[in-house]
Amino acid sequence: MKTRILGFVALAAVIGAAVNGLFVVPADLNQGDAQRIMYVHVASAWLAYSSFGVTALAGLAYLIRRDLRLDALALAGAEVGVMFTAFAIWGGMMWGKPVWGVYWQWEDPRLTTTALLLALYIGYLLLRRLTDDPARRAARAAVVGLIAAVDIPIVHFSVIWWRGLHQGPTIGDPSRILNPSAPLQFVLALLAMLAAFTLVWVYLLIRRYQLARLEWQLEEDARRGRVRAAQQAAVSRPAVEEPAR
Amino acid sequence: MTDAGFVIAAYGVILGGIGLYAAMLARRLRSARDASRHGDEVDAER
Repeated sequence: MKTRILGFVALAAVIGAAVNGLFVVPADLNQGDAQRIMYVHVASAWLAYSSFGVTALAGLAYLIRRDLRLDALALAGAEVGVMFTAFAIWGGMMWGKPVWGVYWQWEDPRLTTTALLLALYIGYLLLRRLTDDPARRAARAAVVGLIAAVDIPIVHFSVIWWRGLHQGPTIGDPSRILNPSAPLQFVLALLAMLAAFTLVWVYLLIRRYQLARLEWQLEEDARRGRVRAAQQAAVSRPAVEEPAR
Repeated sequence: MTDAGFVIAAYGVILGGIGLYAAMLARRLRSARDASRHGDEVDAER
């Protein structure tokens, strides 16, 4: 019930933040209306980082405590993270074409490392399908989730370390926290969208976690059913008499 | 495509995609709960 209320609150927050970003905040002087894409693009990218951070931390905790609930949380983070990464890339492409003149450029380090991040976590989700053994699956996934998480800081700092088309970091530059380069209205609209998307993110994470636990329970029931059926078949099978010597 | 077209494409796909994913999750959760309940009933009959 609480999760359902959270869902409605998140929905209202996203509608409010989207109306604000699309119709209330003025268009940028240089980029025009295309700059409005920044609100959903940055929020998606930030939540992609957070999701994969959850996957890495839950995976690490699983390797230490061997609790399958942590694996369910890691899975939830990865799936939701893949979705937000895809949306960040899409938003970036829609913003890039009118501003840069191209949808995509492989030479840009931010774009390429983000594409790699998406590929890594799609691989993570595919790897989970390779085995039915929950403990083995969780351990393998935890290791891959931790290795893939190395790409998160690379994506974030790529705009500082290397030169490319992409602008500098919108969030996370300590020198700009008290003196942002963007107008205050833009910063507030971005923070509102970030808050709304975070509510959605928490809601989706909870729902995906609940689903992962239920699926695991069903897998476990099916496994027990197969064992029971095999035992019954063994009991009902007529005994084979040994041939007389 | 105009700037407005890119904005609509970005917001449409992202917000629509989130809504679609939430709806898909709700449907998968409902069917998993039904399957789990059905399994419990079969166990109880045994």
